Amino acid sequence: MKKKLGQVWSVIWGLFIVLKYAFKKPVTLRYPEEKRKLPERSRGRHYLTKWDDGLERCVGCELCAIVCPAQAIYVKAAENEPGDVHSHGERYASDFQINMLRCIYCGYCEEACPTGAIILGNDYELSGYTKESLIYTKEMLTEKKPGDSGRDPHREI
Amino acid sequence: MQEIIVETLIKGIVVITFLMLSAAYMTFLERIVMARMQLRLGPNRVGPLGLLQPIADGIKLLCKEQFRPANIDVFTYWLAPGISLFTALFAFTLIPFGGTVNIWGYPVKLQIADINSGIVFLLAFSSLAVYGIVLAGWSSNNRYSLLGGLRGTAQMISYEVPMGLSLLTVALSAGTLSLSEIVSAQSNHWFIWTNPISFIIYLITAFAETNRAPFDLPEAEQELTAGYHTEYGGMKFAIFFLGEYVNILAVSAIAVTLFLGGWQGPWDIPVVWFLVKVALFVFFFMWVRSTMARFRYDQLMSFGWKVLVPIATLNLLITAYFKLVLT
Repeated sequence: MKKKLGQVWSVIWGLFIVLKYAFKKPVTLRYPEEKRKLPERSRGRHYLTKWDDGLERCVGCELCAIVCPAQAIYVKAAENEPGDVHSHGERYASDFQINMLRCIYCGYCEEACPTGAIILGNDYELSGYTKESLIYTKEMLTEKKPGDSGRDPHREI
Repeated sequence: MQEIIVETLIKGIVVITFLMLSAAYMTFLERIVMARMQLRLGPNRVGPLGLLQPIADGIKLLCKEQFRPANIDVFTYWLAPGISLFTALFAFTLIPFGGTVNIWGYPVKLQIADINSGIVFLLAFSSLAVYGIVLAGWSSNNRYSLLGGLRGTAQMISYEVPMGLSLLTVALSAGTLSLSEIVSAQSNHWFIWTNPISFIIYLITAFAETNRAPFDLPEAEQELTAGYHTEYGGMKFAIFFLGEYVNILAVSAIAVTLFLGGWQGPWDIPVVWFLVKVALFVFFFMWVRSTMARFRYDQLMSFGWKVLVPIATLNLLITAYFKLVLT
């Protein structure tokens, strides 16, 4: 009997717990108008970063393409010729593509990169109308000037 | 004679229009209330504060493809939503919204039909409501629908018994079956104070009668996709939906009439008091829906027959005893 009364009481008490929540601020946002500020280290679209002298960090080692579990990255490496220097190493990526439809945003590429060239930024609004528009080319990925991606261009990796 | 017919027609049209509009906006209100209780925002896109959402929903439902599953019983399939809505609307012909008021020097009684056995009629029509559900479930030629219809039948028939018993105590206390006289019998004290147990039993059975959570077994989404209205789409589904919400309004209005003094209240604003009390009940329905989980089928049955029926019977006997002793 006492147990039954306890059950009835918990039902009534539950009603008031729910009522209490009706006066709290909703956790959802009016999305396109309001946007939630993401944590700094959340993983969104990729950037190919540059050193502060404007040279590319990527040395075309293809470790990111090897480690990528979704096989989303394509790297074509080329030698740095005198007078046409792109990076601090011997080689640079002459072509770099990421298929954003395949990418799972795991961040392994960022971890594998020996020079800290590829990083995952905070931008998560990545929809597009065609498959072709979602294969990001090197021009789209490389930051226009050092520091555009939000990472410090002076950092080691 | 002609005057009475015209008066009744006008009252009927006003009531139906009001009910349809309020049922449409109840869907909106329910979405907002449930959203707030679940820390969401709810619909807020269509129009200012999302207030045009029911109209957008209505247009969407009207424009939907006319869908009909194979091998159905066509006549019953079309009839079932009509029965659901009709039985729900019918309760409002009997409920007094106010006393007699003068409109342009013409006395108008704010009740469509003041018949002397109102409670019996109400019970009869709330029992008929099960036909809408069982016919919809049976005619759709779908196992989910059939199961939903069967559950609806069993549930509504079992909960009809305690509901009738709890309403009988009110009839006993008031000494009449006429709804307007029951309201005037509550001018000193509401029956919720003299018959609190009947009120609680009525409230519980009202949830079961309207197939609302936690008694929404006939349309349990997780088990039966949508139960008896699985195969209904577009406006036919909308009629079921309207029927459900008008039914909520109906059971709320009955509860207000029988237990909360109907349209009576301080100051001379009868209809407003009635609407405020009904709105409280409607809010309660939404509140409970966002709180409670669905009953299991055997729990539902044993709760109805092993708990509610004995308590209601005992309550009726005690009320009868006090009625005998006190008069």
